[in-house]
Amino acid sequence: MSVDKQQLLQFLLRQGDNTLVLGHRVSEWCGHSPILEEDIALANTALDLIGQTQMWLGYAAEVQGEGKSADDLAFLRDAWDFRNVLLVEMPNGDFGQTLLRQFLFDAFQSVLMGRLMKSSDEQVAAIAAKASKEITYHVERSADTVVGLGDGTEESHNRMQAALEYLWPYVGEMFESDETDAAMAAAGIAPDPASLREEYEALIGKVFAEATLSVPESRYNHKGGRTGYMHTEHLGHLLTSMQWLQRAYPGCEW
Amino acid sequence: MTQPSVKQVWEWLETIPDPEIPVITLVDLGIIRDVAFDGETCVVSVTPTYSGCPATSMINMDIETKLRDMGLKQIELKQQLAPAWTTDWMSDKARDALEKYGIAPPQPSGGPKRCPHCGGNHLEKLSQFGSTPCKAQWRCQDCLEPFEFFKCI
Repeated sequence: MSVDKQQLLQFLLRQGDNTLVLGHRVSEWCGHSPILEEDIALANTALDLIGQTQMWLGYAAEVQGEGKSADDLAFLRDAWDFRNVLLVEMPNGDFGQTLLRQFLFDAFQSVLMGRLMKSSDEQVAAIAAKASKEITYHVERSADTVVGLGDGTEESHNRMQAALEYLWPYVGEMFESDETDAAMAAAGIAPDPASLREEYEALIGKVFAEATLSVPESRYNHKGGRTGYMHTEHLGHLLTSMQWLQRAYPGCEW
Repeated sequence: MTQPSVKQVWEWLETIPDPEIPVITLVDLGIIRDVAFDGETCVVSVTPTYSGCPATSMINMDIETKLRDMGLKQIELKQQLAPAWTTDWMSDKARDALEKYGIAPPQPSGGPKRCPHCGGNHLEKLSQFGSTPCKAQWRCQDCLEPFEFFKCI
């Protein structure tokens, strides 16, 4: 079944922008982590996310058909063109907040990629199969760290609980559906995100119980990232740093 | 020059070391998926180990340099994503070479079989991540030495 190219492009930008923005956020830790092993782990996670971005945005640029590259899409679009969920642009906060954000996203990716591997679009399926191998150990590590810090000292527990309360209103946006999702679902390219929530809740519920963290009851959601309606003020600041070189020296290569 | 055989090209590729772990070759690692001639052009299909592995561009450059040195003029490198690379494609020769080099080879169980230094089997994981995307950090509780484990994916 053929699919509207613009809708497919939107879907691919959502995937690529999620991994790009989170990859950049995580890379901000490079050289600042509490211990060497965690510094290496964060840098490696960021690297995997940027690698996945090259695949998603590379395909997006191909579908767009304007002769652009993944780099053009990453470095030469402004905040209103980004289609990532708000969760991934949230500031790093402390180490615990960074790992909690990572876990909330990794858990979503692990559920989503399982479905995308069966996509009717061969390239989407290939990217998902490649990415899912990396996501498997990302989620293993972020879940372990959430448990270690949640069920740790009083200080670490309180910080993790505060981080969960801060980030929780950004979880719901990952399960929003609109006409792009409907088009993807109809073409068998991707599942309706809303259909992933039950599996997601089961996965995070198990980990949070082990981490002795209480999931907030509120279902209030901040949204507007994946549709591009309105990002938080944090994205613009992130882009000034990420895009600085290409903005100051357009086309610069080395 | 006359066009070399596909087998000859594989033999040349077999001599290119991995840029990060020079005791194994690119062919041993299982990332070269296909060699073929499209007319005059030698087409080599390469699959990445990890999507963001920074060695990927160096690997492509090493392949191109080697084939040019051997006299090939028209070379095309294709990135092949599917099927995704798995450590199952690593040769037994590479697994032995890794262990001798001090890196525990990948195991289906998800952890190293023994310490590559002393052969001990009281092992603990330090981190899921290591100096390159493909490795994790472990420690042997027998000889107390840390070592790297080539992750099984």
